[in-house]
Amino acid sequence: MIDLIGALTPAGIAQHAVALLVVVPLIMAPIAALMPNGRAAWGVTLAAAIVTLWMVGVVFGQVHAADLVSYAMGGWDAPLGIEYRVDRLTLPVLGLVGVLGLLCVVYGLPSVAQEVARDKQALFYSAFLVCFSGLLGVVVTGDAFNVFVFVEISSLSTYAIIAMGAAQDRRALTAAYNYLILGTIGATFFVIGVGFLYMATGTLNMADMANILRENGHDRVTQAAFAFIVVGLGLKSAMFPLHVWLPNSYAFAPNFVTAFLASTATKVAFYALIRFVFGVFHPDAGFVMVSLTWVIAVVGVIGMLVASFQAIFQVDARRLLAYSSVAQVGYMMLGMGVGTSAGLSAGLLHLVNHGMMKGALFMALGAFALRFGLRRISDLNGMGKLMPASSVALTISGLSLVGVPLTVGFTSKWYLVSAVLDRGWWWAVAAIMLSSLLALVYVARLLSAVWLQPAPTHHGEAVAPRRAPWAMLVPMYLLAIANIWFFLQSSPLVSLTQRAAAAVLGGG
Amino acid sequence: MFEILADRAIYIPIIVLMMIGLYIVVATGNLVKRLVGLSIFQTTVGLLYIAMGKVFGGQPPILVSSYGHGDSHGDDHSAEAYTNGAHTDAGHAAPTQDAHETAEHAADYAADAGADHAGDAAGHVADAAHYAADTVLYSNPLPHVLILTAIVVGVATLAVGLSLVVRIREAYGTIEDTALTEADYAAESGGRE
Repeated sequence: MIDLIGALTPAGIAQHAVALLVVVPLIMAPIAALMPNGRAAWGVTLAAAIVTLWMVGVVFGQVHAADLVSYAMGGWDAPLGIEYRVDRLTLPVLGLVGVLGLLCVVYGLPSVAQEVARDKQALFYSAFLVCFSGLLGVVVTGDAFNVFVFVEISSLSTYAIIAMGAAQDRRALTAAYNYLILGTIGATFFVIGVGFLYMATGTLNMADMANILRENGHDRVTQAAFAFIVVGLGLKSAMFPLHVWLPNSYAFAPNFVTAFLASTATKVAFYALIRFVFGVFHPDAGFVMVSLTWVIAVVGVIGMLVASFQAIFQVDARRLLAYSSVAQVGYMMLGMGVGTSAGLSAGLLHLVNHGMMKGALFMALGAFALRFGLRRISDLNGMGKLMPASSVALTISGLSLVGVPLTVGFTSKWYLVSAVLDRGWWWAVAAIMLSSLLALVYVARLLSAVWLQPAPTHHGEAVAPRRAPWAMLVPMYLLAIANIWFFLQSSPLVSLTQRAAAAVLGGG
Repeated sequence: MFEILADRAIYIPIIVLMMIGLYIVVATGNLVKRLVGLSIFQTTVGLLYIAMGKVFGGQPPILVSSYGHGDSHGDDHSAEAYTNGAHTDAGHAAPTQDAHETAEHAADYAADAGADHAGDAAGHVADAAHYAADTVLYSNPLPHVLILTAIVVGVATLAVGLSLVVRIREAYGTIEDTALTEADYAAESGGRE
């Protein structure tokens, strides 16, 4: 498949694929804004997403062949110029964003047509493309300040598209505003950290920084930089105590936006964090290892328990899943906090898997919202009879979220537990089990409403079943089936993440 | 102790301003004032970057054929900023224009820096003198460029934030945090609006 894509791509384009996958959506964004109606803008967006995914495929092939793709932006060589750098650590997240971007765009057409005002749809798609481009930029860039710029590009458009949910519920506005305040503080912390790193190393290129830090060792300036960067990117990736912006943003944004953000945006910020903690600073440095063990892992465990517990008591279905997202970030933090190659690869595996399951879950909830306008869990009663197809997808991905065998959720928890046991952290294993039980409780709340409760009646008559449009069902099912497929065929994803971890930590 | 502080004097107002900005964000309930605080916070980061880009005795990083001897030594300076200036000198691409004047400048610089940071700076001085022997010594221009970008980001954030406040005011009729929370709570407990 990847070879085929590589073979079909002209050399002139393949050579610039790393840059094109950021530039194409960015250039398509103003074109989408100029389109006369939402459908045409959607067409432009779809084209951009397809081209981007194509480029992601090309880059995959290149990295498989050469281990590292380095692209000098504008012909200015690193370390002075801005370098785009894709290595094996980048691949899982790059693939996730590329695939989920396309699937969400396909899914978005009916959803956006209903939820966003007609005259705003073209602008909405335009803002989405900017966000998409920014996320890809964070993933592929090898320049620390460039990460900040792309984080802000994606965040600013995210605030706008979250606020578009105001047509349904005005609370989307306050959610977007709060996200703006916290997100900006996070990004500013990050840029302060980058400034300190620049003070200490005199370079902005991340690979160069890593070399200089390895030679010169760490002093208090780099330690301060580490703290600022962890807090800044932690805010962006909704690490447990810094997650307060997330539940409302996810609950009140348009469904399409929630499905996209939940499966990509926090993942990309988390990837950037991994890139800095492992790629620039290195766990060999004492203070990095100490903070991984005593801050990241411990806070991750607390987060996965507390957020799961909070999720149980939510009224709004999407808010429940949003709290669950915070809990899942806790698993990734734990994997990262283990600090070994096995732990990091388990964290990355959970990151990718969580993107798949949350994507499918939010898509299914979006289908319910489209056909019946439902948002609360109590409203989901009897949906199993009224919208069986979407309910089945919800069930599969919900079980995957719990970590039931036969789903990818089980695979990543399995690897996480074995990585944690290697360090002898029994308490963390207990926490994973407890958090999975809590996940079972909140997923059971959803599923029992959907399958066990009687269908509602309208003035004594049974409500007719309604099927979600194909544009929604196809991406939803692709993701739901992927949840099972990658359990049965776990080796491609597992080896992808193991190589990713090995690329940054060395060894295997 | 005092010398360490004096060296880093410029960072004290930066930290104070930063904390003021952050405090406003946390303390006020007014959405517009909160954005003001956020802007102060963001802008101060600009100061931080500019401060670290200053090279002792360096000219402003502007290409000129003839330049004066603006004596701006003696402000602030930390060892970090200093190292960093020396390190990135390679990026300056400073032209060789006025050999005589630069040499003079280098001597001036060396003396000045030597006096200020007697021991620890000696290595850097030698380094800088080496550069200055055939080039003009400039302040590091890279942080200026970075901060230009950051300013643009700050302006964009402020614009998005203010437009959100306008929409909030239209939807709720208030921009006070407590009133907004009350309205949301009422909506949540009293059925859908």
